[in-house]
Amino acid sequence: MEMLRTDDITMQFGGLVAVKDFNLNLNKGSIIALIGPNGAGKTTIFNMITSVYKPTKGKIYFKDKDITELAPHIVTKLGIARTFQNIRLFKDLSVFENVLIANHLHLKSNVFEAILRDSKYKKEERLMKEKALELLEIVGLSDVKNEKSSSLPYGMQRKLEIARALATNPEILLLDEPAAGMNPRETEEITLFIKKIRDDFDLTILLIEHHMQVVMDISEEIYVLDYGITIAKGSPYEIQNNERVIQAYLGVDEGA
Amino acid sequence: MKRKDIYLTVVSLLVFTVFLIYAHFRFDAYKLRILNLCAIYTVLGLSMNLINGFTGLFSLGHAGFMAIGAYTTALLTLPVATKAQNFFLKPIIEPLSNIVLPFFPSLLIGGLLTAFIGFLIGAPALRLKGDYLAIATLGFAEIIRIVIINAQRVTNGALGLKGIPATTNLWWSFGVAIFTIIFMLLLINSSYGRAFKAIREDEIAAESMGISLFRHKVLSFTIGSFFAGIGGGLLGNLLGTIDPALFKFTLTFNILLIIVLGGIGSITGTVISAFIVTIAGEVLRFLDQSINLGFVVIPGITGMRMVVFSLMLMLVVLFYSHGLMGTNEFNWDRMFDKLSAKKLLAKRRD
Repeated sequence: MEMLRTDDITMQFGGLVAVKDFNLNLNKGSIIALIGPNGAGKTTIFNMITSVYKPTKGKIYFKDKDITELAPHIVTKLGIARTFQNIRLFKDLSVFENVLIANHLHLKSNVFEAILRDSKYKKEERLMKEKALELLEIVGLSDVKNEKSSSLPYGMQRKLEIARALATNPEILLLDEPAAGMNPRETEEITLFIKKIRDDFDLTILLIEHHMQVVMDISEEIYVLDYGITIAKGSPYEIQNNERVIQAYLGVDEGA
Repeated sequence: MKRKDIYLTVVSLLVFTVFLIYAHFRFDAYKLRILNLCAIYTVLGLSMNLINGFTGLFSLGHAGFMAIGAYTTALLTLPVATKAQNFFLKPIIEPLSNIVLPFFPSLLIGGLLTAFIGFLIGAPALRLKGDYLAIATLGFAEIIRIVIINAQRVTNGALGLKGIPATTNLWWSFGVAIFTIIFMLLLINSSYGRAFKAIREDEIAAESMGISLFRHKVLSFTIGSFFAGIGGGLLGNLLGTIDPALFKFTLTFNILLIIVLGGIGSITGTVISAFIVTIAGEVLRFLDQSINLGFVVIPGITGMRMVVFSLMLMLVVLFYSHGLMGTNEFNWDRMFDKLSAKKLLAKRRD
């Protein structure tokens, strides 16, 4: 089943075309990677899918519903969650609170019911807390749940960001460089972790990553971007042997 | 909350009530007014802290909101005869001249009207961020004041209102203050309060967690305006006379001073600092008069008090940038911990 489709989305900032005519098909349960040199437009694509930017041209469909013009928080509500390249946790708040906040979007009680703590709100609050604890358990952060989120080591902060995104009940998860800055052992761990949450939470995952080891290991299909243009698309094996990709990454050998 | 904590809280509230009863009968009018002001500034500080401290919106429109609350409450409680006396230049408009309501509904209407205006201002202004929002809200507060000066048939313009019934007493001011504290505690510790804090910490992340920035910012701003209006209403009916000059930027600055000193994002801090700032403002009054040090006489300079005040604020910001409480709240366990720690230290010294 097709979860997400983009039709020729283009993002232009003044004279700069950051992304040009990008087409993506994301099927349920797949893990797809976006790769490309710095400045290729990968994060811009994430920002367009999550409606942080409105594409200059083109349409984005989530389960055949046009989501191009929706507000970012509505897109999250529909079921697209993301993490950020430069970690964006709620720094001064505890690990537990970080995950709790991501449950707020499903709250049905209004502000007065919340202040009066009526039975409906109390029940919702209890369920939110249970769910948050469960998530922290799954990602292995329950021991540090009362710590300030900014005091966690880097790898844990990345995991917390993923846990927080999972708390919004997404169907599609966009991961922006989940393994950035990690050592080989942590990288291996996060690779397994991504596969695990895909299966456990029934997710479809789109990720941006520079660690080729991670990309080749988990993705079923890879899109390669260079200067906003999709230069290749295919299985890890096809990508590894694609001339243009090698050129984009390593440059052309002029002497040859 | 643990059972022990509930007992301790109830007991300390009772002790405080006994103190208020004592104050009510024994304190002179001057001291009573200061005590009332402490409570009113607590309400105002908390309302501003909700907007600036918990939601992270840099708003400087408080004096304007207070003016709306103060004028509404005063106009609704003024007796018909006093209204006629006040409006001697131009008569007051028709229905308002004959409406006289008891204090509580007037205060409530004042709060609700302020909340409504806060909503109307907030909806467009909250699209701005940071300094731009501060300038916009400052501008709106000034617009409110200018409108009050010029709407002479409603507000009596620059002449102000005199003879407002002095209904605000310790029970009203502290009743409202305690209600506000409880309200804020319940709000901040609810899911909505967490959403406010998320917006303060990182707007982009909050939005990508499905929190509607606009809805929550306007909500926080409207609730804050409501309590600012209530605080203004209490103030007007405490002072007995109000005029547009009272609601200049300095008033907003005073409240800002309270929340910065107490800790932006701490309810306890705001309460403590509202008392400190209000009482210190009176205690330091001697600075405005000439001081005889025996060998030298310092001539009285009016405004010296504010110089010392501003110096204090600068020292706090320099050396104690999180204010008295930072974003922490009071709790009994921590207090006992600190007390026992002090005892231990004292023992060790012996």
